[in-house]
Amino acid sequence: MTLLVAILVLGAGTYTMRLSGVLLRDRLELSEPVQRLLPMAATTLLAALATTAALMESAAFAGLARPLGVLVGAVLAARRAPFVVVVVAAAATAALLRLAGVQ
Amino acid sequence: MRTSKRTPPRDSALLRDAAAIAAAMIAVGGSFGAIAVAYGLPLWVPFAMSTLVFAGGAQFLAAGLLAAGNPVAAVLAGLLLNARHLPFGMAVASTIGPRWRDRLLGSHLMTDETVAFTLREEDPGRRRRTYWMIGLTLFTSWNIGTALGVLIGTAAGDPDVLGLDAAFPAGLIALILPSLQDRATRAAALTGAGLAVVLTPVLPAGLPVLCALLGLLVLFLPRFAGVQGGSDS
Repeated sequence: MTLLVAILVLGAGTYTMRLSGVLLRDRLELSEPVQRLLPMAATTLLAALATTAALMESAAFAGLARPLGVLVGAVLAARRAPFVVVVVAAAATAALLRLAGVQ
Repeated sequence: MRTSKRTPPRDSALLRDAAAIAAAMIAVGGSFGAIAVAYGLPLWVPFAMSTLVFAGGAQFLAAGLLAAGNPVAAVLAGLLLNARHLPFGMAVASTIGPRWRDRLLGSHLMTDETVAFTLREEDPGRRRRTYWMIGLTLFTSWNIGTALGVLIGTAAGDPDVLGLDAAFPAGLIALILPSLQDRATRAAALTGAGLAVVLTPVLPAGLPVLCALLGLLVLFLPRFAGVQGGSDS
């Protein structure tokens, strides 16, 4: 019962935040500069998410394998490799490094 | 590898990218299902979370805290981690459009990857197609993965063995790279990312990423005066 309530509250809360962003955008009369700021804010959040996920595991450094894998993917992405290649190369690099004993 | 000048990806390219992310989502969803079962949570829990919450990071975090018998912490931590969806929602609101059916349904499909794929597109029509296609693909593959994980149990437990923990950050970077060509966006994003990494050891999960928004303050530096997302470098 507690489990169900917790999941329902988490689901409803998450959905509310998703929907409020969408609805707020209409309610607020946003000036031109603020409107241009929104995609920049989203990109900033995504960059922070990618960087923390690449480097950190909970509160500590994630070890070498993951950041090196991400680095290989990022270099490929910068060289305009297709998305699939970026993702697979990053995963393969990290997996192979771990296989070789690098954590 | 494509080294020619960047052209907007066609629909077939979008399909291929969607298939790649779907495969990864099935694998990670699988590990979520398996981990939830391994924690000893009832079998319906991973299903309920993957359909009702539909946010990978928050699900892993909340499942761990629920299993530890701390439902209040699970809810608070999950909500904190998902608070970034509010600014995401504002960024994709015009893509989702004014119809209530689209807003109510589309909001639930909003994830990091959906937003990143969508903002990569310039044309409003393509943005719209991308949002719905990636959103529906992710929702489907995430739930298929969860089901497989529950079925297979602990066998599929550790996504790190496959290097999937490196796949997601790399994918996000690939998706935001075009936006980072803009000098002001790049300055804000890099400052924010640095801030988030530095704050990760000291703040609860979710908060460091939100603090990255402070990176937007660099736009008030004299060298970015009047830029604020406008012109390219």
